[in-house]
Amino acid sequence: MATGNRPLSPHLQVYRPQITSILSITHRATGVGLAVGALGLAYWLNAAAYGAGAFDRAQAIFSSLIGTILLIGFTFALFFHLCNGVRHLFWDTGRGFEMVQLRASGWAVVLISLGLTAVTWLIVLAG
Amino acid sequence: MMDLRSDLARARGLGSAKEGTGHWWAQRVTAVALLPLGLWFVYSAVSWGSMDLAAFKVWLSEPGNLLLMVLFVGTLFYHMQLGVQAVIEDYVHGEAAKITGLMINIFAAIFFGAASIIALFKVAFGG
Repeated sequence: MATGNRPLSPHLQVYRPQITSILSITHRATGVGLAVGALGLAYWLNAAAYGAGAFDRAQAIFSSLIGTILLIGFTFALFFHLCNGVRHLFWDTGRGFEMVQLRASGWAVVLISLGLTAVTWLIVLAG
Repeated sequence: MMDLRSDLARARGLGSAKEGTGHWWAQRVTAVALLPLGLWFVYSAVSWGSMDLAAFKVWLSEPGNLLLMVLFVGTLFYHMQLGVQAVIEDYVHGEAAKITGLMINIFAAIFFGAASIIALFKVAFGG
């Protein structure tokens, strides 16, 4: 079978961006981002296992400006992936596939995950 | 060598990826488990930023906290392995690169998952 240069997936460039497709790829992107975050968690836990010096360095890295920006990103990624994951689990029951419902649940995921991220970091930065 | 089984018997249970719905189901089970565990993790992580190692040791030595951290980390790395596998299968087309990637993914998930869980026990029980 000649599969050399045939396109394998829908051409992204021929589709107008829509909330459904954007959230679909964002689910994947946040999943990959959270995989990186999981490695960060593994580093942080192992720093704690190595002793106070390593732990203090890890704490300094994560509380630096870049570290804080990364953690805010991971927080949003986690909330988005979790909320959109609930959306996926609901779809697994065979419901919610009308376009009106898809758009509504999509925007709900965006707003709730942004809200949860904001509330979490207000608590972190206030406390 | 002669095979006395029918075509149907040989194909039954294989599925297109020779594993039936195993991957799909494991992804759902870990996703459902990560809903409460993930929310608990964020709730807990909010307080970690201001901790030194001694404070984190006290926090982790609470039996409930150690249990939930071990469950969270184990489920997280399992779910991560399943998700990254789907990404590799979708985007890496060369057979050698794909199989290499899938292997590295499994090794990395088990390595970092095991390292994290060992670190948790060391911090909780270590002197």
